[in-house]
Amino acid sequence: MAEANLSRRERPLSPHIQIYKWTLPFLMSGFHRVTGFVLYFGFALIAWWLLAAASGPSAYANVQWFYGTFIGRLVLLGYTWALVHHTLGGIRHLFWDTGRGLGDGEIDWLARATIGGSIVLTLIVWTIGYLVMR
Amino acid sequence: MAHETKTVHNPPAAARYYGSAHTGTQTFWHQRITSVAGVPLTIAFIAIVIALLGRSHATTGQVLGSPLVAIVVILFVASIAYHMWIGMQEIIVDYVHGPVAKYLALFGNMFFCSVVGLASIYAVLKLSNGV
Ligand code: HEM
Repeated sequence: MAEANLSRRERPLSPHIQIYKWTLPFLMSGFHRVTGFVLYFGFALIAWWLLAAASGPSAYANVQWFYGTFIGRLVLLGYTWALVHHTLGGIRHLFWDTGRGLGDGEIDWLARATIGGSIVLTLIVWTIGYLVMR
Repeated sequence: MAHETKTVHNPPAAARYYGSAHTGTQTFWHQRITSVAGVPLTIAFIAIVIALLGRSHATTGQVLGSPLVAIVVILFVASIAYHMWIGMQEIIVDYVHGPVAKYLALFGNMFFCSVVGLASIYAVLKLSNGV
């Protein structure tokens, strides 16, 4: 009886997000989840593009019009950055899975590489895009 | 006694995503496989999109429907759809706790990933048919 009560008592919970100090690695961890979340719904943009191409010229003209507007380009720029950032963050996770890159300095270095690399790569991708665009 | 409690109470709880369903290692592993596959496929997909920027509908359809491009795009879509299904499931079980809300979210997740994934694959297959 006493044992049953004991097992039902409130157990300590792990601290929630507001407890932690805001460091760059902490932010990058959050960014990985947020970018995964955004990319998830944004996948509809890719599906729309493919379906429009399969549907015919007028459907495809609609997609091209929207992605050509200022808002459309802003959305695609954001999506590119989220994809690059999430991919770099994912590579970082896979690297960690091998047991490497977890030292104090390394974690900070990897966090900086993720955010810096994602911005630089996004700009490179868009520069190439504007250069080759018909 | 402890063992009995386990056999009686665990299966439904596990099926409802309360506690462990004992398949976590497999899910984790699938998440990693789709992540590793996702790196080259994402790079290839971005390259394909760049190559098609501003092209006419006819050219786009022809390129997307050509075998190599079609296969890469289908692999990208399939891998990511599975990857994001697992990922969103992880997010849902972390934050959504009400039993009804959790079921709805998990169902909606499966629905969204299936529809978006299969619709995209259908589109590429349809384009491939004409080439
Ligand atoms: C459009 C493409 C993608 C979408 C929609 C997507 C979506 C997601 C989502 C929703 C999560 C769960 C986030 C969390 O639990 O915090 C996740 C996790 C993850 N993603 Fe992606 N992802 C995409 C591409 C990629 C790529 C290309 C990689 C390649 C490295 C990748 C690597 C990972 C890894 C390693 C995790 C697990 C992180 C962890 O254990 O906390 N993802 N993804």
